[in-house]
Amino acid sequence: MQYQNLFTRVQAVGPTHEGVELGPQNSARDIQPFLVHLFGRLGNAQVGPFYLGTLGLISLVTGTLSINIMGFYMLASVGWDPIEFVRQLPWLALEPPSPKYGLHFPPMNEGGWWMFASGLLLVSVLSWWLRTYRRARQLGMGTHIAWAFAAAIWLFLVLGLFRPLLMGSWSEGVPYGIFPHLDWTAAFSLRYGNLFYNPFHALSIVFLYGSTLLFAMHGATILAVTRYGGDREIDQIVDRGTASERAALFWRWTMGWNATMESIHRWAWWFAVLCPLAGGIGILLSGTVVDNWYLWAVKHGVAPSYPAVLGTVVDPATLQGVKP
Amino acid sequence: MSRLTLSALHRPLVLLGAAAALLLAGCERPPVQTTQQGFRGTAMQNTVNPRTAAAQQAALPPVPADAPAIPDGPGPKAKDIYQNVKVLGDLPVADFVRHMNAITQWIAPNEGCTYCHNPANLAEDSKYTKVVARRMIEMTRNINANWTPHVAQTGVTCYTCHRGQAVPPQVWFKAKEPKQNTQPMLGNDFGQNKAVGGVAWTSLPYDPYIHYLSGKENIRVYTAQPLPQKGTERAPIQTAEQTYALMMHFSQSLGQNCTFCHNSQAFSQWVPKKATAWHGIRMVREANNDYITPLTSAFPAERLGPTGDVAKVYCATCHQGVNKPLGGMQMAHLYPGLKGVAAQAAAPDAGASAPAAAATAKAGSAPAKTK
Repeated sequence: MQYQNLFTRVQAVGPTHEGVELGPQNSARDIQPFLVHLFGRLGNAQVGPFYLGTLGLISLVTGTLSINIMGFYMLASVGWDPIEFVRQLPWLALEPPSPKYGLHFPPMNEGGWWMFASGLLLVSVLSWWLRTYRRARQLGMGTHIAWAFAAAIWLFLVLGLFRPLLMGSWSEGVPYGIFPHLDWTAAFSLRYGNLFYNPFHALSIVFLYGSTLLFAMHGATILAVTRYGGDREIDQIVDRGTASERAALFWRWTMGWNATMESIHRWAWWFAVLCPLAGGIGILLSGTVVDNWYLWAVKHGVAPSYPAVLGTVVDPATLQGVKP
Repeated sequence: MSRLTLSALHRPLVLLGAAAALLLAGCERPPVQTTQQGFRGTAMQNTVNPRTAAAQQAALPPVPADAPAIPDGPGPKAKDIYQNVKVLGDLPVADFVRHMNAITQWIAPNEGCTYCHNPANLAEDSKYTKVVARRMIEMTRNINANWTPHVAQTGVTCYTCHRGQAVPPQVWFKAKEPKQNTQPMLGNDFGQNKAVGGVAWTSLPYDPYIHYLSGKENIRVYTAQPLPQKGTERAPIQTAEQTYALMMHFSQSLGQNCTFCHNSQAFSQWVPKKATAWHGIRMVREANNDYITPLTSAFPAERLGPTGDVAKVYCATCHQGVNKPLGGMQMAHLYPGLKGVAAQAAAPDAGASAPAAAATAKAGSAPAKTK
């Protein structure tokens, strides 16, 4: 009955778990593990042990520096006024250099700090990636998590490094700021003739929404059959029990076909990974290979050329005798 | 299922419901009226909330009653009776006085004639307001005669912008650059990323007007070819953001969405309202550059902006939140003194397109001449 609820009702309390023995290449674990009841309501009650290591340290230091550059720059942009900083925080940004500097290093107050913050962030993210890879290896796990993370890093690299390099200007990078990066996104779509006609953008949306759908279907299925032992899904990959059979039958009844206890996790992993992979390709092609996605779609018969139902209107700039 | 579980489920649901209701508090009550005005599937529609529109209409200051028009007769002209009448001199005397009264009601209803005139000598140009008013009448005439692609036959009067105030309630000044923008180390905001209502509380550039409504930058950031063309100048993303900011002003000024003028699938497509706006940009640019800015030295310092520039016009100056200023009310035709003479169609810098100029030439009896 406890599993009927949408929220976790059971919290097992026992001795804290130190984890498996690690080889000589590893540094000691930090922080004695402890239990937090509130955390246990959402996930595992045990906190720690942490593993910092060299890569973790590099990542934290460079990441903190990068975020601090962004924050202090924003504070400076409101004249070091802490009240304005809090009030306008969603609007504030560290902007990339002006277009006139191309790929040259700009003066510090014209994008130089963006270059530093981006470089530090890159080091931070890449060392964190290496850390996820090495930690997984040390635990004898597969490296699926690292490669999924790499898909997100691909999109990050496209936006901040690969595309600006191909476009020949650091100004094509994304501003660091809450509203500013959203306005950048909207302006990007307008500049390149409506990103919705970018097939890779479309694919990315398919995988994004598909991920949420799969997540909801899978989570709901497992919760629904947990009373029959469905939460032991990994066991049931090879040893199907009644939970697995009922869940499978439910989906065959409702949609004629079902994933398995194993394959549903591959579905979820690929959908999630393909979202930034496809999206990154779409961004990389905008401005470098395609300049107006709507016209590109018209050219290839994807989008209609809309009839002028309100009467034909020509570009007034092409008329005789008008001011440009 | 036990009662305990039910009540445990209820509590979060009630809380969720209350939170959802709170989130809806900022919304307008439906229904809204939507009129399709473009090809299906392009989201081109005019959306009006009748309650909001009614409130907006009610909030308008009352328009001064128009005195009946006086027909052009054989009687004496204003220039024959009064001295120093440079613009409205060809009006019959009675009509000239009617114009003066109307202008007073439109612009300085409380201050009266002496807001512009020296009561001891009405002909004197000693008050700057009189000098400015004369030039503004010329500007109004130019708009009514040469900018019919934007103002159509409705035209504009002083009241379109002024609404009973000496300074039109909605004007813009050049934004003052924050001092950290010119400092060597950090804090440059690149003219954007501030909480500013003028660009609809976005983080887009907060002074797009200077580029397009007084400067001559072009809005078209997209290219007309699907693929990048070698050797052509292509707009950076920053320019796209700048145009977007201007469009936020358009949208706010007219109380309309993007799709009022744009095909949502292809913003580049030309549709009638987008062309109307195109002419509007040029009209505002001409008003600012040829009429208003040259008056800068005439204004006293307290009328100037933070960088010493004169108050300039933009879309909101006339529109003030509605797509047709004053709800499209016909006023200008009652005042022959505000009717101008269309520029020669052949002169390319005259401002109007050829068909527009022809249309006004046909319609305009042009009773008054601009000197």
